[in-house]
Amino acid sequence: MNFDLSDEQVLLREAARDAFSRVRTVEAAREALEGAALPDLWATAQQAGWTGLLLDEQHGGAALGAIDAMLVAAEAGRVLASVPLLGHLPATAIANAGAGGLDEGTLGKLASGELRAAYVPARPGDDVDPAWTTEPRSGRRRAPAPAVVRGDEGLATVSGSVAWVPDAVGADVLVAVGMEAGGPVAVALGASAEGVTVEPAGGVYDATRPLGHVTFDDACGRVLAAGEVELRRAWFLAHALIAAESLGAVEECLERSVAYAKERYTFGRAIGSYQAIKHALTEVLRRQENTRSLLYYAGWAYDSKPDEFAAAASAARAAGGAALDFAARELISVHGGIGATWEHDAPLFFRRAQVSRRLLGGTGDAVDRLAGELLTGAAAAA
Amino acid sequence: MDLNDTPEQAAYRAEVRAWLEQNAVHAPATRGRGDEQEAVAAHRAWQRRLAEAGYVGVTWPAEHGGQGKGPLHQVVVNQEIARAGVPGILDAIGVGMLGPTLIAHGSDEQKQRYLAPMLHGDEVWCQLFSEPAAGSDLAGIQTRARQEPDGSWRLSGQKVWTTNAQFAAYGLLLARTDPDAHKHKGLTMFVVPMDAEGVTIRPLRQISGEPEFNEVFFDDVKLAPDAAVGPVNGGWGVALTTLMFERLTIGAGSEGMGYRADRFAAAIASDPVAAKDPEVRARFGALATELLALRFTGYRLLTAISRGQIPGPEAGMGKITAVNGAIAAGDLIADVLGPEALDPDSEWSYLISFLPGLKSAGGTEEILRNTVGERVLGLPPEPRLDKGVPFSELRAKERQEVAS
Repeated sequence: MNFDLSDEQVLLREAARDAFSRVRTVEAAREALEGAALPDLWATAQQAGWTGLLLDEQHGGAALGAIDAMLVAAEAGRVLASVPLLGHLPATAIANAGAGGLDEGTLGKLASGELRAAYVPARPGDDVDPAWTTEPRSGRRRAPAPAVVRGDEGLATVSGSVAWVPDAVGADVLVAVGMEAGGPVAVALGASAEGVTVEPAGGVYDATRPLGHVTFDDACGRVLAAGEVELRRAWFLAHALIAAESLGAVEECLERSVAYAKERYTFGRAIGSYQAIKHALTEVLRRQENTRSLLYYAGWAYDSKPDEFAAAASAARAAGGAALDFAARELISVHGGIGATWEHDAPLFFRRAQVSRRLLGGTGDAVDRLAGELLTGAAAAA
Repeated sequence: MDLNDTPEQAAYRAEVRAWLEQNAVHAPATRGRGDEQEAVAAHRAWQRRLAEAGYVGVTWPAEHGGQGKGPLHQVVVNQEIARAGVPGILDAIGVGMLGPTLIAHGSDEQKQRYLAPMLHGDEVWCQLFSEPAAGSDLAGIQTRARQEPDGSWRLSGQKVWTTNAQFAAYGLLLARTDPDAHKHKGLTMFVVPMDAEGVTIRPLRQISGEPEFNEVFFDDVKLAPDAAVGPVNGGWGVALTTLMFERLTIGAGSEGMGYRADRFAAAIASDPVAAKDPEVRARFGALATELLALRFTGYRLLTAISRGQIPGPEAGMGKITAVNGAIAAGDLIADVLGPEALDPDSEWSYLISFLPGLKSAGGTEEILRNTVGERVLGLPPEPRLDKGVPFSELRAKERQEVAS
């Protein structure tokens, strides 16, 4: 048994932390809310090789695993770095699957980051509702996944809309999951192709998390070889990446909270000596470590236990989303009134927590998915 | 990342599994309501059989009858015993915590005399640390041992929460030997024969109705001069060793402490209406998140143990997750099944009744959080009023404050 990071993974994490430390990302997150442009970290991602992380070596990628992608996401989350990997990595995981679809030239450009992709997600059906669906702009009624009609020479047309798509704005290639008669299918479309509209949405509450509403109106793209298994996996990979970002942000919130609790005095003693504060911060730590364990589980399952990846990633998402919300609120509360003002960075972490928890079905859907996976598994075993 | 065995571990696992397949017929029932004496005798025989096969005290040094193997081998044995659906050893507290304490601090004579019968289950041990007025603040114990001119000891006081005391041959007992010293400095650890004159054992029934603990009273019990384990007035260091092995034992068995999400899933999935109910799913998904986290945190802990690291206080957080997750699970299952879940014959009835007590066992949630906050996060300690004060003065002050 070895349930820990490898030396290479530790190096990857340190390198990511180092790369992000060269940019004042937290300050940038604040300034971006007042209209300043965000630093472009895509070149950083290209140089570090993160853009090709999930593509095979034959396509110019690094052929690493989900856990490696999560480690990079965690470091980005720690400093609220706006780097569009949440869109790019699941898209490249789909593009990498199977033979055919995109030509080697395009795959190579996705690996090098010369082309940036965004995953336009569809939620796989579950034991309650078997339909593949997408996010609505508002409310709980999920929309049907875009309709795909195959044409000649590996081409297809796509029609439908998907709201709140991470990193869609500014992407070169959209990897959309839609439905054809036989089941779910992925189509790669040029972002500027006829019939494709990407409308910026959000990024106002958390400027570091650009979102877009994507509409396809008989838009033409290339059918990818990925099958249903890979399309389900991409959805849960995105969940795991959001969870990983949350873990990094939780670690930062906890470090800052602990540091302040040691130096702020009331009634003649450091506030960290009071059980009320101490117990709340140990609860942040407990949730942080639980999230880490579940991310390791998800990373391990991605390669070694594919049947459990949906449950593992959903559990990680549920734990990470709740952990970041809790940690951000504690960060504010430990700092007193100032924590709720623009004088402090706490509101930036709070805003990240609120947006992240609602993406791709939200953490509530992840909780329900985990329940569904385990209950179905138990019923099958009985 | 890899949850698989090394080839050497796999071979060991195969050996243990084959042995259990052959010998499981001799194992007693895991939980029964029959005659206790018969059950203990059967369980004792089962421990002896396991010991003769080399599956008890796996990590003990060979010179004391153990196998001298690493903690992961013990984990393999625990896992295979669980998989075979047979009970573990009768004296897990002795073999897991008290024997290793004797190995670390006992005299050669004590090791010679006590370890082999402990390993084979011939003499069961109990842990006599907690008292009615000293649990979280263990160093506040009041059981008193006074040395006679001939070097023997006289012991008086009361211990509580003592598992297995009703059939134990010996207890490892922490007593105050110098009340005028600071509270941590005046303690000594002793071996106490449970059949000595003046020892009274009373069962303590719990919510479930079953007496799993005892209170033990000591009324001027005479102990031989060589009954002390480790230095006189050096008992606190000995107790810390026991507590370290407690963490290691819990760590090695920490794959969810039996509170696995899939076990609870089976109970809920048997009701197809419940399995589709959004409220049930929300509650189950939330507690399953916790219990899965517990299981995989356990694997991280085992990885650390396999590298020779001793689990630190952060391992205590697993207990908080386990207990609260299992409480939520029992509560949900009772909501799903209705009053049937509380029938005394239901496995859920026992679980639901058992967990409130487990919240305090092995450290209350509040104390564990204090320890983790201070030792892991480095937060400053709560101000203490007992530092540098002789224990006798401390007690006098406490009595005065209560009276006023």
